[in-house]
Amino acid sequence: MKYYKIITPIAIVAAIVALYVTPGSGKVESGYVVGDLARDFKLKDVTGKQVSLSDYKNAKGFIVIFTCNSCPISQMYEDRIITLNEKYESKGYPVIAINPNDPLQQPSDSFDKMKERSKEKEFNFPYLFDETQVIATAYGASRTPHVFLLNKETDGNRVKYIGAIDNNLKDGKMADKKYVEEAVEAVMRGDDVSTTITKAIGCTIKWKRS
Amino acid sequence: MDKKHLAASLFALFFAFNTTAQNVEVIKFKDLDRLINERKDEYRIFNFWATWCKPCIVELQYFEKLRENYKGNLTVYLISFDFVEELETKVKPFAQEKKLQSEIKLLDETDYNSFIDKISEEWSGAIPATLFVDNRNGNKEFYEGELEEKDLLDKFSHFTD
Repeated sequence: MKYYKIITPIAIVAAIVALYVTPGSGKVESGYVVGDLARDFKLKDVTGKQVSLSDYKNAKGFIVIFTCNSCPISQMYEDRIITLNEKYESKGYPVIAINPNDPLQQPSDSFDKMKERSKEKEFNFPYLFDETQVIATAYGASRTPHVFLLNKETDGNRVKYIGAIDNNLKDGKMADKKYVEEAVEAVMRGDDVSTTITKAIGCTIKWKRS
Repeated sequence: MDKKHLAASLFALFFAFNTTAQNVEVIKFKDLDRLINERKDEYRIFNFWATWCKPCIVELQYFEKLRENYKGNLTVYLISFDFVEELETKVKPFAQEKKLQSEIKLLDETDYNSFIDKISEEWSGAIPATLFVDNRNGNKEFYEGELEEKDLLDKFSHFTD
């Protein structure tokens, strides 16, 4: 029968799509590993302006940080994130902060609260809202804060480091490993990043419930 | 009894009462590692939480219930990532208020990257997170994220099957 020939491939495609796009699992199984090219995005910042990586013509890379208002660990790192931007924006590696949390699960992470937090802490970097959670999912962010260092190369923005900001949550001054700074410095020198992935305690991303 | 003595006695009394409250032991990673890996004739569940973590607090009660239902075969360890400085001001009062009966340990470590993989390579570091261990043979199963009561029951019965 003729239409079997059509239906079978459609069914196969549908099955494959279903396999990869099973919603509501609540866990990120995929995401980038170091060496991958990271996708661009178009997300609104706290002023309502749409921001993309491609807007930054002169940037040499990006310090993309998934963070939020509500997580105490994110809050403890806010001043360090401001310092990172102070230090590296002028050198071509600006901080781009992204809040991936669903405000229905965590009302303090709403867009309005983002505006408040950004003003209160005088964020010197764009603070974007990943309302659909597509970007957090694509990157494979699992917690806040979660850093992805990107380096602009001829074929795209290559992931050079994934993980924590440093190895001392309580006191940045006591940290003897400043992972992000070390990674940015290495990338700027054209060297390999020595520690490319680290783990740290953080708040789970508040995924939308299906 | 003069005022000074009275004050001292009251203080002693207060202290005596205080020590009967839910004990929270401060541990290091090596202690946790031993609890996870030593051979004992029981199951152990390690739930990683903190008083500041809202989804963690929601699920604590399910672990308490599970512990009650499997008494004798299961020990539940609630491993807190609160700061040791907040042991008296936050963690102990919280445990007392919620009348937590599980074993509560505060993991006093700051260099998380040095041990997260040793607990489970599947763990990104986000909490809540839960490790199921069969301490008779060392079998383990790890889960990152929140658990509904039914999920926890299902996972545990599947693990013990």
